[in-house]
Amino acid sequence: MGNEESVFFSRVLTELTLSFHIIYATIGVGIPLMIMIAQWLGIKKQDEHYILMARRWTRGFVITVAVGVVTGTAIGLQLSLLWPNFMELAGNVIALPLFMETFAFFFEAIFLGIYLYTWDRFENQKKHLLLLIPVAIGASFSAVFITIVNAFMNAPQGFDLVNEQLVNINPVLAMFNPAMPTKVAHVLSTAYMTSAFILGSIGAYRILKGSNHIYHKKALFLTMKIGLIFSIATAVIGDFSGKYLAEYQPEKLAAAEWHFETHEGAPLMLYGVLDDGEVKYAIKIPYALSILAHSNPNAEVIGLDQFPEEDIPPLYIHYLFDGMVTIGMWMTLVSLVYVVGVWLKWSFVKTRLYHWLIVFGGPLSMIAIELGWWFAEVGRQPWILRGIMRTEEAATTSGQVDTMLLLFAGLYLILAIGSIVVLTRMYRKNTVEQELADRDLEKEGELR
Amino acid sequence: MTLELIGVSVLWFFLFGYVIVASIDFGAGFFNAYSLFRGKQHILTRIIQRYLSPVWEVTNVFLVFFFVGIVGFFPKTAYYYGTILLVPASIGVILLAIRGAYYAFTTYGGLTHRRYTYLYGLSGLFIPASLSIVLTISEGGFVNEKQTGIELDYWALFTSPLTWSIVVLSLAAVLYISAVFLTWYANKAQDEPATELLRKYALIWSVPAIVSATGIIVELKDHNPEHYSRLFDLWWMFALSFILFAGTVYLIGKRKAYGVAFGLLTGQFLIAFFAYGISHYPYLLYPYLTIYDSFTNEAMAIALIIAFIAGLGLLLPSLYLLLKLFLFNKDYVQGKRNDHA
Repeated sequence: MGNEESVFFSRVLTELTLSFHIIYATIGVGIPLMIMIAQWLGIKKQDEHYILMARRWTRGFVITVAVGVVTGTAIGLQLSLLWPNFMELAGNVIALPLFMETFAFFFEAIFLGIYLYTWDRFENQKKHLLLLIPVAIGASFSAVFITIVNAFMNAPQGFDLVNEQLVNINPVLAMFNPAMPTKVAHVLSTAYMTSAFILGSIGAYRILKGSNHIYHKKALFLTMKIGLIFSIATAVIGDFSGKYLAEYQPEKLAAAEWHFETHEGAPLMLYGVLDDGEVKYAIKIPYALSILAHSNPNAEVIGLDQFPEEDIPPLYIHYLFDGMVTIGMWMTLVSLVYVVGVWLKWSFVKTRLYHWLIVFGGPLSMIAIELGWWFAEVGRQPWILRGIMRTEEAATTSGQVDTMLLLFAGLYLILAIGSIVVLTRMYRKNTVEQELADRDLEKEGELR
Repeated sequence: MTLELIGVSVLWFFLFGYVIVASIDFGAGFFNAYSLFRGKQHILTRIIQRYLSPVWEVTNVFLVFFFVGIVGFFPKTAYYYGTILLVPASIGVILLAIRGAYYAFTTYGGLTHRRYTYLYGLSGLFIPASLSIVLTISEGGFVNEKQTGIELDYWALFTSPLTWSIVVLSLAAVLYISAVFLTWYANKAQDEPATELLRKYALIWSVPAIVSATGIIVELKDHNPEHYSRLFDLWWMFALSFILFAGTVYLIGKRKAYGVAFGLLTGQFLIAFFAYGISHYPYLLYPYLTIYDSFTNEAMAIALIIAFIAGLGLLLPSLYLLLKLFLFNKDYVQGKRNDHA
């Protein structure tokens, strides 16, 4: 296997691992917050439905965490196994957040074990809720630290390169790089948003399948409210991300927007196709790109003409970007209409059609997460460390990457099937109605 | 103490932690599967499940901590070990992944088939075998530096008696450590039949553990004379380790103080592990890589050490809470409480 092949298969394997891991990682970051909100509401309102919600979500969460943990271990090792040259260089500058991530993960793992096995152990339920806080913090901070590493790959700083030697290394400066604030905020808020919409889609699905229990209605309304809040936050952060890109990674923004020539008052291109370097069938929104990039309709936006051919990312990232943004906007609308509709008692938000829209919202949000990461990673090409190291220089020279790709693909298939089977069985076997009835019986037994 | 030494000691200590907690976990899985095979599952399963359920995820973190930490403190290891370990480490991580995920699927998700119990038990033996290969490779003689990069010589690796002795040691040690710990745990749970059975396992596996450990030292004499002579300089540490080993076996044999026995066992492995580590100094990979030429810059090293101390301040109380609520909680250990979500 030549080195070109090693590079190719290393990229495919990394992409596969990340694409699979991010599903479970997103859920792993977002769900603890949802559980926390539900349990807190339950204690505050003395409403056992919310408590049960927290309890049932926790059970599902454990399954996804398990897959998240093991695939996270896989990507952690693959960084060194597939990109040894990159890790040798990056390890010198950005090892600190990677190291801190293991602590956050440690913290989360310990308290998850405790939280899981101490339901009903405390007289005061608030004590049990307290145990969840470190889980949520640990989960979110894992995401923060890992995203910092990714931000560093996009906007490396905190060192100088003199004669190919790293000098003046400042690990803290490397962490607080320009890409970090928007990237971290975006990853967190989309994880919360996606998790809320996934839980919402489960609730809507149960209602569609004939369950008329108030539990599902409460779950649906709660998750749609949370989803709405975080989708608005995501939109605001997205605006800042645009400004970050314009300033620090103009080639990524220009490629995503098919903005070929540098000029003032740049329009935003939505959708369309590229035919021989010409954009066709696109929706053109005048001045919008200048506003996105610089908050000024007449501002100059740097185009792809400013960059040598070999430094430009593939132009198909336009579709990834548009897909992500479209889904984000769509979900904001779906949740906004639902929440307002419930308040104002609009009848159409209670129809089967609308519930189906919500059901599809969960998987759609996850697709948006995937599109977003593909956009982030492909949009950084040809660099692994922007401006410093090219992807092909970073890959392993080992000739067995193709075989490993097959092995890992098999692994992810097994994990996907296993987790889906287990999760569906878990909730099918033990429905909300049944569990509530069981608990009532238990209580009666205690009273007698 | 230099920064290099602090870094490598911290990592070595965490690796030791992984060896102990993972051994307990791997061995427990194997004993569980074996007892199912022999139709004695009713004796062991409950006790093993009760110990493993709240802690399984924590085990994995020790390993992640080690490999993230070693790339942090010694970035050059990413290049050397990253390149040569592609296949063995990938296989190890795939086995770990299947094992960890299916543990959760069966414990929390209600998948209950004999197949999974066997899968879980056997993977627990393959994982230490595949991970222990890294120690063999670190002894040198299996890595060639070529124009295109570095390569692992699989043929030499798999035909070397050293490789197989280390594999045997890892398996014997896993089963021995696990049996001693679980004897103590079963005894705390006042589970008489389980204690007796596990005690028998502990005594059986003590023999191959000590024999294979001695065998490796002898084989190193041929394979890596430099390391062997440094090992020999530390004979007193190995002697001390052996005394602790004898103490464990004595207490288990006499059915006395299982807790102390496990304490002695931890001491035995700690001393032997560090004696091995110290004699390996300064090499991370004979003869290419030492802790000095692979070390990170000073700024990063100090930042990592500060992060480590801060992290430890957070972790130690949490670990204590975990142990207090489950390992040292009588009601929980004896199965009077479950409180699972």
